[in-house]
Amino acid sequence: MEIGYPILSTVVFMPIVGGLLLMLFSRKQETLIKFVALAVSVITFVLSLPLFTNFDKTTHQMQFVERADWIPQWGVQYYLGVDGISVLFILLSTLITILCVLISWNSITQKVKEFYIALLLIEGAMIGVFCSLDLFLFYIFWEAMLIPMYLIIGVWGGPRRVYAAIKFFLYTLIGSVLMLVAIVVLYFKGGTFNILELSKLSLPYKLQLMLFWAFCAAFAVKVPMFPVHTWLPDAHTEAPTAGSVILAAILIKMGAYGFLRFSLPMFPEAAKAMTPYMIALSVIAIIYGGIVCLAQTDLKRLIAYSSVSHMGFVTLGIFALNAQGLEGGILQMINHGVVTGALFLCVGIVYDRTHSRQIADYGGLATVMPVYAGFFMLFTLAAIGLPGLNGFIGEFLIILGGFKAKKLAGVFAATGIIIGAAYMLWLYQRVFFMGVNDKIKNLEPMSFREFLTLATLAVFVLWIGIYPNTFLSFMHVSVQHLLDRVNYGAGDSMVAVKTILGGPIP
Amino acid sequence: MKYYLLIPFLPLAGFLLNILLGRRLFRSQAHWPSTLAVFGSLVVAVMVLMDVLHGKTLNHDLYRWIISDKFQVSVGFLIDQLTAVMLIVVTSVSFLVHVYSIGYMHDDPGYYRFFAYLSLFTFSMLMLVMANNFLQLYFGWEAVGLCSYLLIGFWYEKKSASDAGKKAFIVNRFGDFGFGLGVIMIFLTLGTLHYIPVFDKINTLTGQTINILGLHVNLVTLIALLLFCGAVGKSAQIPLHVWLPDAMEGPTPVSALIHAATMVTAGVFMVARCNPIFNLSHTAMNVVAVVGGVTALFAATIALVQNDIKRVIAYSTISQLGYMFLACGVGAYGAGIFHLYTHAYFKALLFLCAGSVMHAMAGELDMQKMGGLKKYMPVTYWTMLIASLSISGIPGLAGFFSKDEILFRAYASGGVGRFVWVLGTAAAILTAFYSFRLIFVTFHGEFRGTEEQRHHLHESPKVMTVPLVLLCIGAVAAGWVGVPPLLGGSEHFAHFLEPVVGLPHAKEVSHAEEWMTMGISVAVALAGILIAAVFYLKNPAIPRRLAERFPFLYRLLWNKYYVDELYDYIVVRPALGIANNIIVKFTDGAIIEGIVNGVPAFIGWLGAQMRKVQDGVVEHYASIMAVGIFVLLAIGMIFLI
Repeated sequence: MEIGYPILSTVVFMPIVGGLLLMLFSRKQETLIKFVALAVSVITFVLSLPLFTNFDKTTHQMQFVERADWIPQWGVQYYLGVDGISVLFILLSTLITILCVLISWNSITQKVKEFYIALLLIEGAMIGVFCSLDLFLFYIFWEAMLIPMYLIIGVWGGPRRVYAAIKFFLYTLIGSVLMLVAIVVLYFKGGTFNILELSKLSLPYKLQLMLFWAFCAAFAVKVPMFPVHTWLPDAHTEAPTAGSVILAAILIKMGAYGFLRFSLPMFPEAAKAMTPYMIALSVIAIIYGGIVCLAQTDLKRLIAYSSVSHMGFVTLGIFALNAQGLEGGILQMINHGVVTGALFLCVGIVYDRTHSRQIADYGGLATVMPVYAGFFMLFTLAAIGLPGLNGFIGEFLIILGGFKAKKLAGVFAATGIIIGAAYMLWLYQRVFFMGVNDKIKNLEPMSFREFLTLATLAVFVLWIGIYPNTFLSFMHVSVQHLLDRVNYGAGDSMVAVKTILGGPIP
Repeated sequence: MKYYLLIPFLPLAGFLLNILLGRRLFRSQAHWPSTLAVFGSLVVAVMVLMDVLHGKTLNHDLYRWIISDKFQVSVGFLIDQLTAVMLIVVTSVSFLVHVYSIGYMHDDPGYYRFFAYLSLFTFSMLMLVMANNFLQLYFGWEAVGLCSYLLIGFWYEKKSASDAGKKAFIVNRFGDFGFGLGVIMIFLTLGTLHYIPVFDKINTLTGQTINILGLHVNLVTLIALLLFCGAVGKSAQIPLHVWLPDAMEGPTPVSALIHAATMVTAGVFMVARCNPIFNLSHTAMNVVAVVGGVTALFAATIALVQNDIKRVIAYSTISQLGYMFLACGVGAYGAGIFHLYTHAYFKALLFLCAGSVMHAMAGELDMQKMGGLKKYMPVTYWTMLIASLSISGIPGLAGFFSKDEILFRAYASGGVGRFVWVLGTAAAILTAFYSFRLIFVTFHGEFRGTEEQRHHLHESPKVMTVPLVLLCIGAVAAGWVGVPPLLGGSEHFAHFLEPVVGLPHAKEVSHAEEWMTMGISVAVALAGILIAAVFYLKNPAIPRRLAERFPFLYRLLWNKYYVDELYDYIVVRPALGIANNIIVKFTDGAIIEGIVNGVPAFIGWLGAQMRKVQDGVVEHYASIMAVGIFVLLAIGMIFLI
């Protein structure tokens, strides 16, 4: 694991420092600013690669740990580390940011400097969220992420950007405030901000339950789970392409990540008791989010709502509380990041040309932009879970896990694949098939830069679909550890006790 | 037998070459990579068949596909007798269709795309039949569905074509919903998805039940029926048959390859492959037999009145697939696969002949506008005639042996078998009738098209007619490997498949009964042809008068029993209605957004109200304080007492 530099700090602060550095540039040096932003994001990505290559898949222990006292009076530490649950999200973040820089190259023309500063700051904060092992530090990153995102939607967004930005901000803030209260309570009960220590506590059940719901408020809004999902269509639709991509690919993953890192290990009994409700909400999200897509007339809004449905699969997998469900859920988070990120990139590519998001303004696009149509088809198929592409692996494992946990949940979730096929193929037909709409007949073909962004994600669509073990193998040990914690309560000692007492261990 | 890997992966290479380089590099030569690839597969498939004939079989995992705790599944290949038969069927028909398409699709702007999709289809279909586990089967299953979608909607500029592709995909998803759950049930009950251990262990589930919403359902029956859901979708059986007629929007070679010879038979293949599961459940077997029998008759009645030549053949396909399920349902899997194999040749031939006619008629499909084509296109006429004789079950031709085998096995199995035998026999007379109606109306009599069309009439080029002749050989001779002992044969085909699907356990049936069933099926075939000849050669007024005499029946058949309309009312409209009116306007719109936007509005309003209280008048403050104290005291007293 010797890699010669503190890798996590580097990938967190590289973009932040890069962003601050951009402030020194004159706002007239737009091209230079773009290249600097690109360079920073690429270097961050390259520096994050050892997380992929040097990761030890045989342990559930935190790896690449960095630890220093920060505010000793309160026991706050600067404490970073990754395990099999979080490591892939850091890689996803560093990769997606490059694509966001590329896709914004020509489409952001106002306040270029500020845009790239916001983009880089958000990258650093997101990575910080995924590798913080101190609650205090975590909360800082969690909230820090909100501000640049608010600006990206509110400044560079579409016509209703202000409404969408405020809605996004308030929704998430209300959730976060409840979480803050819970964090404070947790600190006084547990006496530490150390996430790993807190994950070994056995709190009284009633307290667990209250804390579970308080954390749940923050995470459910982020995911977003039904019925707190209505910020998402507005935010996604109004945000500029890069904003939508970041939101879809990474930001909303934090809710699900929160469930995995906090809700399950810290409040295992409460989490277990609440699974029926969480599973019910997940299944509702899958079906409800799918059906509502059938009524959409706006490209981005449709894809945004499809996220509600896909994230329903993710939370179903998580709360199935078995290996297939959890691993499927985590993989599906990556998949959704890749596929929905790609779909938003795709929409951005034509939006730059037509400045319309209305499905009715398209038609026959396959004739005008055949290569683009091919990519869109690939991502559509991945979104509807075609075997051999990434979406299938996640969805199948989740439905399997869901079925194992609660038969009916698996059955209802499986109806999601019918609805998914219906709305996505209908969308594809209206945009790409049939006669060429006059409004789009002279669109330019894709540029190499645009091609590159889609091709990158296409590689992952196929890779995960054909050989998912590259990614699943990161998770096995950590997921098993998490399951042991949830199923056997307070740590390994309890397992021993139960074994000694001859209790049933399922 | 290591070279077997070439069978699926050559077409995959053909697909990759064409999709990546076809548009710029190959263009009008795009048929080369795909056709050569499938020819290579055909050669290797023949070699594999030779190996299997020598008793070699193989079950080999290529790599582990998905691992998640105890859930482990591989990409792997099982080559046994059943697979070998399917490999020959798929690669041979696919190769001939590739060659035919060189002529049929020339000058199409999407030429490279067409061959790319054909190759992708061939790859997917081969992965499906070679799989050694259920998940890879599911992969092939969905992938052939994708290719079907892409090829039905190949001329995507046409709304009807893109609608049909979408419909095919979504209707199939309904079947796959059940199929997927069946696969999941298999894993959860047996802990594996690989065929061999599943079939070894499935006996242990006998008698077990599972609680579904308070009902105790036999576990094996449930698994079998869930799997069968997938087959119903893929093989277009009632009630999911609606996509196949619409699939005729695709180019005709596609109809021949995908929607007649190979993909649609995947359901039959799957049921035969899973025979150890189905055999354990009488209920499931009876469902399979009855669905097959009813579909055979149902689709045949619709075919009687259609005028679109491709649709007639499409309904005929649904009907023939019904026969195959009927056979599986009575335990005669070998007979089902035998029919699958002969049907592949004569039905592909029928479609390609129809394509040849369309080629001459500039895309015309309505047989009422044809007539007298015999003298303009003799090769097409004679090959199509032989295919029709074959499907009708005229002795000596391929269709006779397989259909007779099915009907005999149904009769011999007794019970439900007798019932489906009646259905199958009734369908047989209709089959002969509609097949020859097509022949007589299209090729005999006077030409009824425009003068311009008449000028254009020509026999198709060699590249198209040679595949017709080759398929014709199949339509004649394919059945000779399964001649029943009664006619001096020794049922090579059934014995070859025995290690995989077993032999049907028939009740004691006398030779007389065997002769009787054979006699009846020949008689009904001849009767069907005869009636068609009377109706359409001798006295064309009869069918018109019949339609006028029974207008309700005629309209019912003409409108395919209104099933499409029914689905529109019970599925499509409600789904869109719920989406538009309930979710968007009501739950998301009024309730959730009402609260989300309402709370800030309420807080603003509340603030405005509160502001009025703070008016600086001391009396107001004092009275509010008094009320407050009173309320607090009241609450305190309630709780203290």
